[in-house]
Amino acid sequence: MNVWIDTILIVLVLGNFLLLGSSRLAACIRVVAVQGVLLGVLTLLTHEEGVTVRILLLALVSTGVKGVVFPWLLTRALREANVRHEIEPYVGYNLSILVGTVALGVSLGLSARLPLPTQPLSSLIVPVALFSILVGLLVIVSRKKALTQVLGYLVLENGIYAFGVGLVQRAPVVVELGVLLDVFVAVFVMGIAIFHINREFDHIDTDRLATLRDWVS
Amino acid sequence: MALVSALHTLLALVLAPLLVGVINRTKAIVAGRVGQPVRQPYADLWKLLQKGAVYSRTTTWVFRTGPVVGLAAVLVAVALVPFGGAPALLAFPGDLVLFAYLLGLVRFFTVIAALDTGSSFEGMGASREVTFAALVEPALFLGLATLARCTGTLSISAMFSGITLRGWGQGGPAFALLAAAFLIVFLAENARIPVDDPTTHLELTMIHEVMVLDHSGPDFAFILYSSALKLWLLGALLIGIIFPLRSGQLWLNSIVAVAGMVGLAILTGLIESCMARLRLVRVPQLLVGASVLAALALVLVLR
Repeated sequence: MNVWIDTILIVLVLGNFLLLGSSRLAACIRVVAVQGVLLGVLTLLTHEEGVTVRILLLALVSTGVKGVVFPWLLTRALREANVRHEIEPYVGYNLSILVGTVALGVSLGLSARLPLPTQPLSSLIVPVALFSILVGLLVIVSRKKALTQVLGYLVLENGIYAFGVGLVQRAPVVVELGVLLDVFVAVFVMGIAIFHINREFDHIDTDRLATLRDWVS
Repeated sequence: MALVSALHTLLALVLAPLLVGVINRTKAIVAGRVGQPVRQPYADLWKLLQKGAVYSRTTTWVFRTGPVVGLAAVLVAVALVPFGGAPALLAFPGDLVLFAYLLGLVRFFTVIAALDTGSSFEGMGASREVTFAALVEPALFLGLATLARCTGTLSISAMFSGITLRGWGQGGPAFALLAAAFLIVFLAENARIPVDDPTTHLELTMIHEVMVLDHSGPDFAFILYSSALKLWLLGALLIGIIFPLRSGQLWLNSIVAVAGMVGLAILTGLIESCMARLRLVRVPQLLVGASVLAALALVLVLR
Protein backbone atom coordinates (compact mmCIF):
# COMPACT_ATOMS: atom_id res chain seq x y z
CA MET A 1 0.00 0.00 0.00
CA ASN A 2 2.89 2.26 0.82
CA VAL A 3 4.14 2.05 -2.76
CA TRP A 4 0.83 3.43 -4.00
CA ILE A 5 0.95 6.34 -1.57
CA ASP A 6 4.50 7.08 -2.72
CA THR A 7 3.45 6.85 -6.36
CA ILE A 8 0.61 9.31 -5.83
CA LEU A 9 2.91 11.70 -4.01
CA ILE A 10 5.47 11.55 -6.81
CA VAL A 11 2.78 12.21 -9.40
CA LEU A 12 1.82 15.25 -7.31
CA VAL A 13 5.44 16.44 -7.44
CA LEU A 14 5.59 15.91 -11.21
CA GLY A 15 2.33 17.80 -11.58
CA ASN A 16 3.83 20.70 -9.66
CA PHE A 17 6.83 20.74 -12.00
CA LEU A 18 4.48 20.65 -14.99
CA LEU A 19 2.64 23.63 -13.56
CA LEU A 20 5.93 25.49 -13.17
CA GLY A 21 7.05 24.71 -16.70
CA SER A 22 3.87 25.12 -18.70
CA SER A 23 2.56 28.32 -20.22
CA ARG A 24 -0.78 26.93 -21.36
CA LEU A 25 -3.46 27.89 -18.88
CA ALA A 26 -5.82 25.07 -19.91
CA ALA A 27 -3.09 22.49 -19.28
CA CYS A 28 -2.35 24.07 -15.89
CA ILE A 29 -6.03 23.82 -14.93
CA ARG A 30 -6.03 20.13 -15.89
CA VAL A 31 -2.91 19.48 -13.82
CA VAL A 32 -4.52 21.01 -10.74
CA ALA A 33 -7.71 19.00 -11.39
CA VAL A 34 -5.73 15.74 -11.58
CA GLN A 35 -3.98 16.70 -8.35
CA GLY A 36 -7.36 17.19 -6.71
CA VAL A 37 -8.51 13.72 -7.76
CA LEU A 38 -5.24 12.18 -6.58
CA LEU A 39 -5.63 13.84 -3.19
CA GLY A 40 -9.07 12.24 -2.93
CA VAL A 41 -7.53 8.83 -3.60
CA LEU A 42 -4.78 9.63 -1.10
CA THR A 43 -7.43 10.30 1.54
CA LEU A 44 -8.78 6.78 1.05
CA LEU A 45 -5.34 5.17 0.97
CA THR A 46 -4.14 6.81 4.19
CA HIS A 47 -7.13 5.49 6.08
CA GLU A 48 -6.75 1.94 4.92
CA GLU A 49 -7.45 0.41 8.31
CA GLY A 50 -11.07 1.42 8.10
CA VAL A 51 -12.78 3.51 5.47
CA THR A 52 -15.66 5.03 7.36
CA VAL A 53 -18.57 6.89 5.86
CA ARG A 54 -17.06 10.18 7.02
CA ILE A 55 -13.76 9.51 5.28
CA LEU A 56 -15.59 8.41 2.15
CA LEU A 57 -17.64 11.59 2.28
CA LEU A 58 -14.53 13.71 2.69
CA ALA A 59 -12.79 11.98 -0.24
CA LEU A 60 -15.85 12.28 -2.46
CA VAL A 61 -16.51 15.93 -1.68
CA SER A 62 -12.85 16.87 -2.05
CA THR A 63 -12.55 15.00 -5.37
CA GLY A 64 -15.78 16.50 -6.61
CA VAL A 65 -14.89 20.06 -5.69
CA LYS A 66 -11.25 19.98 -6.75
CA GLY A 67 -11.54 17.62 -9.69
CA VAL A 68 -14.79 18.77 -11.26
CA VAL A 69 -16.17 22.05 -9.92
CA PHE A 70 -12.94 24.09 -9.82
CA PRO A 71 -11.77 23.07 -13.30
CA TRP A 72 -15.21 23.84 -14.66
CA LEU A 73 -15.30 27.27 -12.98
CA LEU A 74 -11.78 28.14 -14.08
CA THR A 75 -12.24 26.85 -17.62
CA ARG A 76 -15.32 29.03 -17.90
CA ALA A 77 -13.40 32.04 -16.62
CA LEU A 78 -10.65 31.22 -19.11
CA ARG A 79 -13.09 31.04 -21.98
CA GLU A 80 -14.73 34.32 -21.07
CA ALA A 81 -11.43 36.12 -20.57
CA ASN A 82 -10.31 34.66 -23.91
CA VAL A 83 -6.71 34.04 -22.90
CA ARG A 84 -4.73 30.91 -23.70
CA HIS A 85 -1.21 31.51 -22.50
CA GLU A 86 0.65 33.03 -19.65
CA ILE A 87 2.88 35.49 -21.46
CA GLU A 88 6.14 36.71 -19.98
CA PRO A 89 5.92 35.69 -16.34
CA TYR A 90 8.19 37.48 -13.87
CA VAL A 91 10.22 34.27 -13.51
CA GLY A 92 10.79 32.28 -16.72
CA TYR A 93 9.77 28.65 -17.10
CA ASN A 94 13.21 27.05 -17.04
CA LEU A 95 14.20 29.17 -14.06
CA SER A 96 10.90 28.28 -12.37
CA ILE A 97 11.70 24.58 -12.76
CA LEU A 98 15.17 25.10 -11.32
CA VAL A 99 13.75 27.10 -8.40
CA GLY A 100 11.26 24.25 -7.97
CA THR A 101 14.11 21.75 -7.72
CA VAL A 102 15.73 23.90 -5.05
CA ALA A 103 12.36 24.14 -3.26
CA LEU A 104 12.13 20.34 -3.35
CA GLY A 105 15.54 20.07 -1.75
CA VAL A 106 14.63 22.66 0.87
CA SER A 107 11.39 20.91 1.76
CA LEU A 108 13.19 17.55 2.03
CA GLY A 109 15.77 19.08 4.33
CA LEU A 110 13.13 20.89 6.32
CA SER A 111 10.96 17.80 6.79
CA ALA A 112 13.96 15.81 8.00
CA ARG A 113 14.38 18.14 10.99
CA LEU A 114 10.73 18.90 11.63
CA PRO A 115 9.54 17.41 14.92
CA LEU A 116 6.27 15.61 14.17
CA PRO A 117 3.69 14.48 16.73
CA THR A 118 3.06 11.20 14.93
CA GLN A 119 4.97 9.15 12.43
CA PRO A 120 3.46 9.79 8.97
CA LEU A 121 2.48 6.80 6.84
CA SER A 122 5.07 7.62 4.24
CA SER A 123 8.21 9.63 4.79
CA LEU A 124 7.43 11.45 1.54
CA ILE A 125 4.16 13.02 2.67
CA VAL A 126 5.63 15.92 4.65
CA PRO A 127 8.23 16.98 2.05
CA VAL A 128 5.69 16.73 -0.77
CA ALA A 129 3.17 18.79 1.20
CA LEU A 130 5.79 21.45 1.96
CA PHE A 131 6.92 21.38 -1.66
CA SER A 132 3.35 21.92 -2.89
CA ILE A 133 2.99 24.89 -0.53
CA LEU A 134 6.25 26.41 -1.80
CA VAL A 135 5.30 25.83 -5.44
CA GLY A 136 1.92 27.43 -4.81
CA LEU A 137 3.61 30.50 -3.34
CA LEU A 138 6.09 30.61 -6.22
CA VAL A 139 3.30 30.46 -8.80
CA ILE A 140 1.36 33.20 -7.01
CA VAL A 141 4.28 35.62 -6.92
CA SER A 142 5.87 34.84 -10.26
CA ARG A 143 2.92 34.82 -12.67
CA LYS A 144 0.99 37.75 -14.03
CA LYS A 145 -2.39 36.35 -15.01
CA ALA A 146 -5.01 36.38 -12.26
CA LEU A 147 -6.07 32.88 -13.29
CA THR A 148 -2.63 31.37 -12.76
CA GLN A 149 -2.51 33.00 -9.36
CA VAL A 150 -5.77 31.26 -8.45
CA LEU A 151 -4.14 27.98 -9.55
CA GLY A 152 -1.19 28.76 -7.30
CA TYR A 153 -3.57 29.28 -4.42
CA LEU A 154 -5.18 25.90 -5.17
CA VAL A 155 -1.81 24.13 -5.23
CA LEU A 156 -0.95 25.75 -1.93
CA GLU A 157 -4.22 24.48 -0.48
CA ASN A 158 -3.51 21.01 -1.94
CA GLY A 159 -0.26 21.00 -0.03
CA ILE A 160 -1.96 21.90 3.23
CA TYR A 161 -4.61 19.24 2.61
CA ALA A 162 -1.98 16.58 1.88
CA PHE A 163 -0.20 17.56 5.08
CA GLY A 164 -3.40 17.15 7.08
CA VAL A 165 -4.47 13.92 5.46
CA GLY A 166 -1.08 12.27 5.68
CA LEU A 167 -0.21 13.35 9.17
CA VAL A 168 -3.32 13.62 11.25
CA GLN A 169 -5.02 10.25 11.23
CA ARG A 170 -8.02 11.35 13.23
CA ALA A 171 -8.60 14.79 11.80
CA PRO A 172 -12.15 15.88 12.36
CA VAL A 173 -13.92 15.61 9.04
CA VAL A 174 -15.91 18.72 9.89
CA VAL A 175 -12.70 20.76 9.95
CA GLU A 176 -11.59 19.38 6.60
CA LEU A 177 -14.99 19.99 5.07
CA GLY A 178 -15.00 23.50 6.52
CA VAL A 179 -11.63 24.23 4.92
CA LEU A 180 -12.91 22.81 1.66
CA LEU A 181 -15.94 25.09 1.85
CA ASP A 182 -13.69 28.08 2.47
CA VAL A 183 -11.55 27.20 -0.53
CA PHE A 184 -14.64 26.68 -2.63
CA VAL A 185 -16.01 30.09 -1.72
CA ALA A 186 -12.61 31.68 -2.31
CA VAL A 187 -12.25 30.16 -5.78
CA PHE A 188 -15.84 31.06 -6.59
CA VAL A 189 -15.23 34.66 -5.60
CA MET A 190 -11.94 34.72 -7.49
CA GLY A 191 -13.66 33.34 -10.59
CA ILE A 192 -16.18 36.14 -10.41
CA ALA A 193 -13.41 38.64 -9.73
CA ILE A 194 -11.51 37.44 -12.80
CA PHE A 195 -14.66 37.86 -14.84
CA HIS A 196 -15.12 41.41 -13.59
CA ILE A 197 -11.47 42.35 -14.02
CA ASN A 198 -11.67 41.09 -17.56
CA ARG A 199 -14.86 43.04 -18.26
CA GLU A 200 -13.50 46.27 -16.86
CA PHE A 201 -9.97 46.17 -18.21
CA ASP A 202 -10.10 43.73 -21.16
CA HIS A 203 -7.27 41.67 -19.70
CA ILE A 204 -6.45 39.69 -16.54
CA ASP A 205 -2.85 40.81 -16.11
CA THR A 206 -2.46 41.70 -12.47
CA ASP A 207 0.70 43.76 -13.01
CA ARG A 208 -1.22 46.19 -15.17
CA LEU A 209 -3.83 46.71 -12.47
CA ALA A 210 -1.29 48.85 -10.59
CA THR A 211 -1.41 51.48 -13.30
CA LEU A 212 -5.01 52.24 -12.53
CA ARG A 213 -6.04 55.83 -13.20
CA ASP A 214 -9.03 57.87 -14.20
CA TRP A 215 -10.20 57.59 -17.73
CA VAL A 216 -10.19 61.37 -18.23
CA SER A 217 -6.55 62.00 -17.34
CA MET B 1 30.88 -15.38 -18.60
CA ALA B 2 33.47 -13.63 -20.76
CA LEU B 3 32.22 -15.62 -23.74
CA VAL B 4 28.67 -14.38 -23.19
CA SER B 5 29.92 -10.81 -22.87
CA ALA B 6 31.86 -11.14 -26.11
CA LEU B 7 28.77 -12.61 -27.75
CA HIS B 8 26.68 -9.68 -26.56
CA THR B 9 29.22 -7.21 -27.94
CA LEU B 10 29.07 -9.04 -31.27
CA LEU B 11 25.28 -8.92 -31.10
CA ALA B 12 25.42 -5.14 -30.65
CA LEU B 13 27.78 -4.75 -33.61
CA VAL B 14 25.57 -6.86 -35.87
CA LEU B 15 22.08 -5.81 -34.77
CA ALA B 16 22.56 -2.05 -34.22
CA PRO B 17 21.58 -0.98 -37.78
CA LEU B 18 18.52 -3.22 -37.49
CA LEU B 19 17.09 -0.88 -34.83
CA VAL B 20 17.25 2.03 -37.26
CA GLY B 21 15.46 -0.11 -39.82
CA VAL B 22 12.75 -1.06 -37.32
CA ILE B 23 12.20 2.60 -36.40
CA ASN B 24 11.90 3.63 -40.05
CA ARG B 25 9.58 0.72 -40.83
CA THR B 26 7.32 1.56 -37.85
CA LYS B 27 7.07 5.17 -38.94
CA ALA B 28 6.20 4.08 -42.49
CA ILE B 29 3.50 1.66 -41.34
CA VAL B 30 1.91 4.25 -39.04
CA ALA B 31 1.92 6.74 -41.90
CA GLY B 32 0.18 4.18 -44.12
CA ARG B 33 3.14 3.38 -46.36
CA VAL B 34 4.81 0.04 -46.94
CA GLY B 35 8.19 1.54 -46.19
CA GLN B 36 11.73 0.40 -46.75
CA PRO B 37 12.77 -3.13 -45.78
CA VAL B 38 14.07 -3.57 -42.26
CA ARG B 39 17.52 -4.48 -43.63
CA GLN B 40 17.79 -1.23 -45.59
CA PRO B 41 20.36 0.38 -43.21
CA TYR B 42 22.73 -2.55 -43.87
CA ALA B 43 22.35 -2.03 -47.61
CA ASP B 44 22.98 1.71 -47.18
CA LEU B 45 26.14 1.04 -45.19
CA TRP B 46 27.36 -1.47 -47.77
CA LYS B 47 26.66 0.96 -50.60
CA LEU B 48 28.49 3.81 -48.87
CA LEU B 49 31.50 1.61 -48.12
CA GLN B 50 31.86 0.83 -51.83
CA LYS B 51 32.08 4.50 -52.75
CA GLY B 52 35.01 6.85 -52.66
CA ALA B 53 35.10 9.88 -50.39
CA VAL B 54 35.10 13.46 -51.62
CA TYR B 55 36.98 16.04 -49.55
CA SER B 56 36.61 19.77 -49.87
CA ARG B 57 39.87 21.70 -50.36
CA THR B 58 39.08 23.87 -47.35
CA THR B 59 39.07 20.93 -44.95
CA THR B 60 42.09 19.66 -43.06
CA TRP B 61 43.04 16.41 -41.37
CA VAL B 62 40.53 17.19 -38.60
CA PHE B 63 37.67 16.61 -40.99
CA ARG B 64 39.04 13.19 -41.97
CA THR B 65 39.77 12.19 -38.37
CA GLY B 66 36.25 12.98 -37.11
CA PRO B 67 34.35 9.90 -38.32
CA VAL B 68 37.18 7.47 -37.51
CA VAL B 69 37.66 8.70 -33.95
CA GLY B 70 33.87 8.80 -33.50
CA LEU B 71 33.50 5.18 -34.53
CA ALA B 72 36.45 4.09 -32.39
CA ALA B 73 35.06 5.83 -29.29
CA VAL B 74 31.63 4.29 -29.79
CA LEU B 75 33.20 0.84 -30.22
CA VAL B 76 34.97 1.23 -26.86
CA ALA B 77 31.69 2.38 -25.31
CA VAL B 78 29.97 -0.75 -26.68
CA ALA B 79 32.45 -2.84 -24.74
CA LEU B 80 31.49 -0.98 -21.53
CA VAL B 81 27.73 -1.44 -21.61
CA PRO B 82 26.21 -4.58 -20.14
CA PHE B 83 23.40 -6.33 -21.97
CA GLY B 84 20.79 -8.83 -20.86
CA GLY B 85 22.03 -9.01 -17.29
CA ALA B 86 25.49 -10.28 -18.21
CA PRO B 87 28.47 -8.04 -17.40
CA ALA B 88 30.10 -6.06 -20.17
CA LEU B 89 33.36 -6.99 -21.84
CA LEU B 90 35.20 -4.25 -19.92
CA ALA B 91 34.13 -3.45 -16.39
CA PHE B 92 35.92 -1.56 -13.66
CA PRO B 93 34.79 0.81 -10.88
CA GLY B 94 34.19 4.26 -12.32
CA ASP B 95 33.63 3.16 -15.91
CA LEU B 96 30.39 5.18 -15.95
CA VAL B 97 32.47 8.36 -16.21
CA LEU B 98 34.45 6.86 -19.08
CA PHE B 99 31.20 5.85 -20.78
CA ALA B 100 29.70 9.33 -20.53
CA TYR B 101 32.84 10.99 -21.83
CA LEU B 102 33.32 8.52 -24.66
CA LEU B 103 29.94 9.75 -25.87
CA GLY B 104 31.25 13.27 -25.26
CA LEU B 105 34.33 12.49 -27.35
CA VAL B 106 32.17 11.30 -30.25
CA ARG B 107 30.24 14.54 -30.06
CA PHE B 108 33.40 16.63 -29.81
CA PHE B 109 34.86 15.11 -32.95
CA THR B 110 31.61 15.36 -34.89
CA VAL B 111 31.38 19.02 -33.93
CA ILE B 112 35.01 19.84 -34.67
CA ALA B 113 34.80 18.10 -38.06
CA ALA B 114 31.67 20.11 -38.81
CA LEU B 115 33.41 23.35 -37.86
CA ASP B 116 36.42 22.40 -39.98
CA THR B 117 34.36 22.63 -43.17
CA GLY B 118 33.99 26.35 -42.57
CA SER B 119 30.31 26.27 -43.51
CA SER B 120 28.24 28.63 -41.38
CA PHE B 121 25.36 26.22 -41.76
CA GLU B 122 27.27 23.40 -40.08
CA GLY B 123 28.52 25.76 -37.41
CA MET B 124 24.93 26.50 -36.51
CA GLY B 125 24.15 22.80 -36.14
CA ALA B 126 27.30 22.33 -34.06
CA SER B 127 26.28 25.14 -31.75
CA ARG B 128 22.84 23.63 -31.20
CA GLU B 129 24.22 20.13 -30.69
CA VAL B 130 26.64 21.31 -28.01
CA THR B 131 23.97 23.38 -26.25
CA PHE B 132 21.60 20.47 -25.99
CA ALA B 133 24.35 18.04 -25.05
CA ALA B 134 25.29 20.26 -22.11
CA LEU B 135 21.71 19.97 -20.88
CA VAL B 136 21.47 16.21 -21.41
CA GLU B 137 24.63 15.39 -19.51
CA PRO B 138 23.29 16.29 -16.02
CA ALA B 139 20.32 14.00 -16.63
CA LEU B 140 22.58 11.11 -17.66
CA PHE B 141 24.93 11.61 -14.72
CA LEU B 142 22.17 12.08 -12.14
CA GLY B 143 20.54 8.91 -13.48
CA LEU B 144 23.76 6.92 -13.26
CA ALA B 145 24.39 8.35 -9.79
CA THR B 146 20.94 7.13 -8.74
CA LEU B 147 21.78 3.64 -9.94
CA ALA B 148 25.16 3.78 -8.24
CA ARG B 149 23.51 4.77 -4.98
CA CYS B 150 20.86 2.04 -5.32
CA THR B 151 23.32 -0.76 -5.91
CA GLY B 152 26.36 0.60 -4.10
CA THR B 153 28.82 0.15 -6.96
CA LEU B 154 30.50 2.44 -9.45
CA SER B 155 30.74 0.06 -12.38
CA ILE B 156 27.99 0.03 -14.99
CA SER B 157 27.99 -3.77 -15.24
CA ALA B 158 27.64 -4.26 -11.49
CA MET B 159 24.98 -1.55 -11.33
CA PHE B 160 22.84 -3.18 -13.96
CA SER B 161 23.19 -6.67 -12.55
CA GLY B 162 22.12 -5.14 -9.22
CA ILE B 163 18.75 -4.03 -10.60
CA THR B 164 16.23 -6.74 -9.85
CA LEU B 165 12.49 -7.14 -9.93
CA ARG B 166 12.56 -7.00 -6.13
CA GLY B 167 14.28 -3.63 -6.32
CA TRP B 168 11.48 -2.43 -8.61
CA GLY B 169 8.97 -3.52 -6.00
CA GLN B 170 10.70 -1.52 -3.29
CA GLY B 171 11.79 1.55 -5.19
CA GLY B 172 9.31 1.40 -8.07
CA PRO B 173 8.64 5.15 -8.30
CA ALA B 174 12.35 5.98 -8.37
CA PHE B 175 12.99 3.46 -11.15
CA ALA B 176 10.00 4.71 -13.13
CA LEU B 177 11.33 8.29 -12.90
CA LEU B 178 14.75 7.06 -13.92
CA ALA B 179 13.34 5.19 -16.92
CA ALA B 180 11.46 8.33 -18.02
CA ALA B 181 14.61 10.45 -17.68
CA PHE B 182 16.67 7.90 -19.61
CA LEU B 183 14.02 7.75 -22.34
CA ILE B 184 14.39 11.50 -22.85
CA VAL B 185 18.18 11.15 -22.78
CA PHE B 186 17.89 8.31 -25.31
CA LEU B 187 15.76 10.42 -27.66
CA ALA B 188 17.92 13.53 -27.28
CA GLU B 189 21.30 11.85 -27.62
CA ASN B 190 20.21 9.97 -30.71
CA ALA B 191 18.71 13.07 -32.34
CA ARG B 192 15.22 11.57 -32.46
CA ILE B 193 12.03 13.52 -32.85
CA PRO B 194 10.98 15.61 -29.89
CA VAL B 195 14.49 17.11 -29.94
CA ASP B 196 15.73 16.76 -33.49
CA ASP B 197 14.22 15.44 -36.70
CA PRO B 198 16.49 12.81 -38.29
CA THR B 199 14.75 12.96 -41.68
CA THR B 200 14.55 16.69 -42.19
CA HIS B 201 16.57 18.60 -44.72
CA LEU B 202 15.38 22.05 -43.79
CA GLU B 203 18.18 24.19 -42.48
CA LEU B 204 16.21 25.77 -39.67
CA THR B 205 15.30 22.48 -38.04
CA MET B 206 18.41 20.38 -38.43
CA ILE B 207 20.78 19.71 -35.60
CA HIS B 208 22.63 16.46 -35.97
CA GLU B 209 22.06 15.87 -39.68
CA VAL B 210 23.46 19.23 -40.64
CA MET B 211 26.83 18.49 -39.08
CA VAL B 212 27.46 15.45 -41.24
CA LEU B 213 26.34 16.92 -44.56
CA ASP B 214 29.85 17.22 -45.97
CA HIS B 215 30.91 13.67 -45.19
CA SER B 216 30.67 11.16 -48.02
CA GLY B 217 31.42 7.55 -48.86
CA PRO B 218 33.08 5.40 -46.18
CA ASP B 219 33.29 8.38 -43.80
CA PHE B 220 29.53 8.77 -43.91
CA ALA B 221 29.14 5.00 -43.46
CA PHE B 222 31.26 5.25 -40.30
CA ILE B 223 29.06 8.06 -39.03
CA LEU B 224 25.83 6.18 -39.75
CA TYR B 225 27.19 3.03 -38.15
CA SER B 226 28.43 4.84 -35.04
CA SER B 227 25.08 6.60 -34.59
CA ALA B 228 23.32 3.22 -34.92
CA LEU B 229 25.67 1.84 -32.26
CA LYS B 230 24.94 4.84 -30.05
CA LEU B 231 21.23 4.09 -30.41
CA TRP B 232 21.95 0.53 -29.29
CA LEU B 233 24.12 1.67 -26.35
CA LEU B 234 21.64 4.05 -24.78
CA GLY B 235 18.80 1.68 -25.62
CA ALA B 236 20.65 -1.09 -23.77
CA LEU B 237 20.89 1.16 -20.70
CA LEU B 238 17.17 1.90 -20.85
CA ILE B 239 16.22 -1.76 -21.40
CA GLY B 240 18.50 -2.75 -18.52
CA ILE B 241 16.37 -0.58 -16.23
CA ILE B 242 12.96 -1.49 -17.63
CA PHE B 243 13.45 -5.27 -17.96
CA PRO B 244 15.54 -6.40 -15.01
CA LEU B 245 14.61 -10.00 -15.82
CA ARG B 246 16.98 -12.61 -14.43
CA SER B 247 15.76 -16.02 -15.41
CA GLY B 248 19.07 -17.69 -14.60
CA GLN B 249 19.45 -18.86 -18.16
CA LEU B 250 21.75 -16.65 -20.16
CA TRP B 251 20.26 -17.28 -23.60
CA LEU B 252 16.76 -16.49 -22.35
CA ASN B 253 17.99 -13.23 -20.80
CA SER B 254 19.61 -12.30 -24.09
CA ILE B 255 16.47 -13.06 -26.08
CA VAL B 256 14.33 -10.98 -23.71
CA ALA B 257 16.80 -8.10 -23.93
CA VAL B 258 16.89 -8.21 -27.75
CA ALA B 259 13.09 -8.32 -27.84
CA GLY B 260 13.11 -5.33 -25.49
CA MET B 261 15.44 -3.45 -27.85
CA VAL B 262 13.13 -4.11 -30.81
CA GLY B 263 10.20 -3.01 -28.66
CA LEU B 264 12.07 0.17 -27.78
CA ALA B 265 12.73 0.81 -31.48
CA ILE B 266 9.00 0.38 -32.22
CA LEU B 267 8.18 2.74 -29.33
CA THR B 268 10.60 5.30 -30.74
CA GLY B 269 8.93 4.96 -34.14
CA LEU B 270 5.52 5.48 -32.54
CA ILE B 271 6.73 8.55 -30.61
CA GLU B 272 8.14 9.97 -33.83
CA SER B 273 4.88 9.30 -35.64
CA CYS B 274 2.55 10.95 -33.17
CA MET B 275 4.70 13.85 -31.94
CA ALA B 276 5.90 16.93 -33.69
CA ARG B 277 9.42 18.20 -33.22
CA LEU B 278 9.51 20.69 -30.36
CA ARG B 279 10.31 24.28 -31.11
CA LEU B 280 13.97 24.99 -30.59
CA VAL B 281 13.30 27.22 -27.58
CA ARG B 282 11.19 24.52 -25.93
CA VAL B 283 13.82 21.78 -26.22
CA PRO B 284 15.92 22.99 -23.25
CA GLN B 285 12.78 22.83 -21.15
CA LEU B 286 12.32 19.15 -22.00
CA LEU B 287 15.97 18.41 -21.26
CA VAL B 288 15.91 20.31 -17.97
CA GLY B 289 12.77 18.31 -17.21
CA ALA B 290 14.74 15.09 -17.76
CA SER B 291 17.38 16.34 -15.32
CA VAL B 292 14.66 17.15 -12.79
CA LEU B 293 13.21 13.63 -13.13
CA ALA B 294 16.63 12.10 -12.59
CA ALA B 295 17.28 14.43 -9.64
CA LEU B 296 13.96 13.42 -8.11
CA ALA B 297 14.88 9.75 -8.50
CA LEU B 298 18.22 10.45 -6.82
CA VAL B 299 16.45 12.25 -3.97
CA LEU B 300 14.13 9.27 -3.52
CA VAL B 301 16.95 6.76 -3.20
CA LEU B 302 19.07 9.07 -1.04
CA ARG B 303 16.28 9.41 1.47
